[in-house]
Amino acid sequence: MNFERYSKQILLKEFGIAAQEKLLNAKVLVVGAGGLGCPALQYLAAAGVGTIGIVDFDVVEISNLHRQILYNVDDIGKSKAETAALKLNLLNPEIKFQSLNLKLQTSNTLKIVSQYDLVIDGSDNFSTRYLVNDACVLLNKPLVYGAVLQFEGQVGVFNLADKKTNIKTNYRNLFPAPPENYLSCNEAGVLGVLPGIIGTMQAAEAIKIITKIDNPLSNKIISYNALNNFFYEFEISPDKKTEEGTPKNEMEFLNFNYDWFCELHNAICEISVKEFNEMMSIENLFVIDVREKTELPLVDEFPLVRISLSEFEKLAPIISPENKVVVFCKSGKRSIKVAKTLKEKFPTCSVFSLAGGITAWEKQYKKISV
Amino acid sequence: MEIKILTFGQITDITDKSEFKLVGVNTTEELNAKLAELFPELPSIKYSVAVNKKIVRENTKLNNEDEVALLPPFSGG
Repeated sequence: MNFERYSKQILLKEFGIAAQEKLLNAKVLVVGAGGLGCPALQYLAAAGVGTIGIVDFDVVEISNLHRQILYNVDDIGKSKAETAALKLNLLNPEIKFQSLNLKLQTSNTLKIVSQYDLVIDGSDNFSTRYLVNDACVLLNKPLVYGAVLQFEGQVGVFNLADKKTNIKTNYRNLFPAPPENYLSCNEAGVLGVLPGIIGTMQAAEAIKIITKIDNPLSNKIISYNALNNFFYEFEISPDKKTEEGTPKNEMEFLNFNYDWFCELHNAICEISVKEFNEMMSIENLFVIDVREKTELPLVDEFPLVRISLSEFEKLAPIISPENKVVVFCKSGKRSIKVAKTLKEKFPTCSVFSLAGGITAWEKQYKKISV
Repeated sequence: MEIKILTFGQITDITDKSEFKLVGVNTTEELNAKLAELFPELPSIKYSVAVNKKIVRENTKLNNEDEVALLPPFSGG
């Protein structure tokens, strides 16, 4: 250990060499190397966290530079994860960086998160926030949460048992479901210095959790308003009801469609004819035809169940999380409606709507058969 | 009976003030109904409700001078 590098924090009587060693042995994953991730990464690297994972699939853009001050003009167009690792290595070459230039998905998240002791959420969308939260719940990893919009930010610690009460809470206890209408920083804007403040607070919470030097914000979130310097603390309680939708095991996690849950665009839950055919060739699908019984053409090229839209209220099938469901109609409009209803009823199942309906499929199929 | 309301995030854009008082509401459900009446855009936003800084899920009785905070989720990073 380079004592001189860390001498000013080792000097703190609450900190000392013991806390420094804990930091050097710690592995922290930072999700998103953007507005929140950059300052968090800079302070964690400077403080001497031994292994830092940086996950981001994005590239640096000029509109990032007013708040992501780890990057400069020469970095535009380059991978954030890789650029951040290079820059941070200049700041502290004595620690390890693992840059992961990828998008977190159900298929890779558990494997990645399991390799770290603590996760910092600096993501910029609800889908990733619920994904990372649920992975941390399943793997029992503390999660330092941060989020910003315009002039306001939130910071908190999830999935970390309170020292006195042993109670722990997670993001779903605060916000059980994502909003349908919301604004991102790209649409609503953000004051550049704000994620700097919140991301730095996230780093401080991570350091407190690792070194155990004082009470982190477990079961609490702080809201900060940069315009009027208003700080407000919210206390969160565990609540079975809000946790109902959380995947209970790895299988349920892998089958949970976070993009669906967070209602991105219809395009996300729609699959093309090509995707549908590919899916059919590798796995058993539960295909539902929601056209009225009199509608043509009759489809006998693949197994399906016919439940027309008008029957759906009474006859809605029971779907288990192992089933992948594809709903189709003539043009793909009714099937979206039905797919959405099914998804609401069975949130842990994968439900898709065939884009363009059977009309599009038939066109493609005939092309292939000719 | 008077309740103090604090708003956060885009809720403040709808209410146009981050702090105001309401009378005649006895529970959080009554409060939500009253707010929806005063601000028709509000029900389109999901938010969590805290009574005296504690997030509540069930319908909760309100007392004089209670402070109720309305917190919407943010996703920006």
